Amino acid sequence: MSTILLIEQILNGLQFGVMLFLMAAGLTLIFGVMGLINLAHGALYMVGAFAAASMAAWSGSFTLALIAALVAAAMFGALIELTVIRRLYKRDHLDQVLATFALILVFSEATRWVFGSFPLFLDMPDALSGTVMLPGGIEYSKYRLTIIIIGLLVALGLFLLIARTRVGMRIRAGENDREMIGALGVDISILYTMVFALGAALAGLSGALVGAIQSVEVGMGEPVLILAFVVIVIGGIGSIKGALAGAILVGLTDTLGRTLLPVLFSTFMDASAATTIGSALASMLIYILMAGVLIFKPTGLFGSA
Amino acid sequence: MCPETQDRENTMFTTLRWSALGVATAAAMSLAGVAAADGHAKLKVGLITTLTGGGAGIGADIRDGFMLAMKQGGEGIEVVVEDDQRKPDIAVQLADKMIQSEKVDILTGIIWSNLALAVVPSTTAQGKFYLSPNAGPTQLAGRGCHENYFNVAWQNDNLHEAAGAHANTAGFKNAFILAPNYPAGQDALKGFKRMYEGELAGELYTKLGQTDYAAEIAQIRASGADGIFFFLPGGMGISFLKQYADSGIDLPVVGPAFSFDQGILQAVGDAALGVQNTSQWSKDIDNATNKAFVADFAAAYGRLPSLYASQSFDTANLIISAAAKADVKDQDAFRDALRAADFNSTRGDFKFGNNQHPIQDIYVREVIKEGDIFTNKIIGTGLTDHQDVYAADCKL
Repeated sequence: MSTILLIEQILNGLQFGVMLFLMAAGLTLIFGVMGLINLAHGALYMVGAFAAASMAAWSGSFTLALIAALVAAAMFGALIELTVIRRLYKRDHLDQVLATFALILVFSEATRWVFGSFPLFLDMPDALSGTVMLPGGIEYSKYRLTIIIIGLLVALGLFLLIARTRVGMRIRAGENDREMIGALGVDISILYTMVFALGAALAGLSGALVGAIQSVEVGMGEPVLILAFVVIVIGGIGSIKGALAGAILVGLTDTLGRTLLPVLFSTFMDASAATTIGSALASMLIYILMAGVLIFKPTGLFGSA
Repeated sequence: MCPETQDRENTMFTTLRWSALGVATAAAMSLAGVAAADGHAKLKVGLITTLTGGGAGIGADIRDGFMLAMKQGGEGIEVVVEDDQRKPDIAVQLADKMIQSEKVDILTGIIWSNLALAVVPSTTAQGKFYLSPNAGPTQLAGRGCHENYFNVAWQNDNLHEAAGAHANTAGFKNAFILAPNYPAGQDALKGFKRMYEGELAGELYTKLGQTDYAAEIAQIRASGADGIFFFLPGGMGISFLKQYADSGIDLPVVGPAFSFDQGILQAVGDAALGVQNTSQWSKDIDNATNKAFVADFAAAYGRLPSLYASQSFDTANLIISAAAKADVKDQDAFRDALRAADFNSTRGDFKFGNNQHPIQDIYVREVIKEGDIFTNKIIGTGLTDHQDVYAADCKL
């Protein structure tokens, strides 16, 4: 395998990781601050992608499409927080899982009602299509490079928000001691709605970004949701830093595993069998990684005991 | 047989999932629709297909094509529709329920090979007929063939064999091939390689349901291939084609019709234009049945039919033709009536081989734009009167 291909795969892994981070950040914030397992997070990712596709079809502008995705996902996030999620904070995790699973079904069916069963069209803007030559002769997709940059900027923004602002201080306080921050006179219900809408907006953004290079269809959120859960378990539940580290680790492991394992196996078995076994093992790799991390750090990489 | 393949990634949720499963099943059951129930049906058909989640567009085409035929000529035939959510475990539950409590005579509708492998053997073992409108896994075509199992679409390898033959014609000398790692994906690459005569620059299996192909596309770029064959049905194909178009690689692509069917072409957009694909059906096949089918389907549902719709339309008409000749309670007579395939197919001539899979022409199509709509046009015939290689292993 050539160095150029390896570097290109590392970039691909990074891009995949950054996209997972956008999903995982919201999930981990919601779990960390409210103690809520939100299975409906994938539905918000779908809402973002559908909103972007509709806005792009109507206006032809990708920037407007991204804004529509952010707004729609945040709005639906706030809406379900106010109507459903709010009643679940004091319940145990099983009730939360049941209710948010129901939300997945509701969102999927509603989307199918409104948009039909067939995938929608969403394309990347012309300015970002095609490839760019990176130093060292690596030809890489402009759009994927943009996703990496947007993702890293969001990560930086989140760090600043949580470490440097008043809202961030309240979020951290909420993670540490929910009752005490209420007793100190912070309106906890507004804080919860805000955190939930923020998480939802990030999921929507990620859905819209990814929708342009994948297919915008009902049920697109669930596979990503499962990966996002793997990410936050690896990173440590509730930790944004952990979500970033976990996401990049999962992205790289998955992408490099898919490329390198078949090559590795082909050194001692015939090509066809190597591809079959290699790719089968590659699809298990992130779960093996998760199991490995949990053996040595049961609370995840950055989790607090 | 491994009915759990698709759910492997959900293992961490096992406990959560079980509690949720009850909800899911309840939702699926409530989706059941009943048509043509006029008191005393002489024949009852259970249609299990994917109507929610990924692949729901294909399921909608299967259902609508089937129901269109039933509306046109299915008097006295009752159809029960259920949603398998693309999950083998749910498909098996639904099949058992349909056979045991709904008392259906025929099951049909399943799209995916791994679901078909989970459902078909137990259906035929319980003395019911299964007519496949889509999946045609190898395991059921050769030694595993059964007198009560008919495939009205194709054996899985067929379209890929035609793609292999077409790759020779198109001058591929060093092809890169990829497919998802599940029974139909393995059949696809096997089928392609059976007919293709050149070298392979690379061979890849991807994860079923994978949506990001950056790693694969990078390998294609580095492989020095002169052409690409891929089989990625549904949303996977949309993702691959969009990402491939954006990668700056400019190699010719061939594939089976599944990534270029009417349902997904609009979502792929310009990225698909000019791609050559192989299919046993196309909307421009010139016969009266097909013309009427395309027009009626468009009038009834406001969209053009896909090959999936044509397959289930043919399946329904086959059932109607057999029901006119024989009572389903007389299984031998009904089976003979099915074997005769005495119906007007959208594909023109239609006949079954000894393993009860079709012997048919497979065409090469090209993606074109008609006005604002992306669609396919036949540009040649890939294979004529083609039968699958497994038929020889079948004892029927």
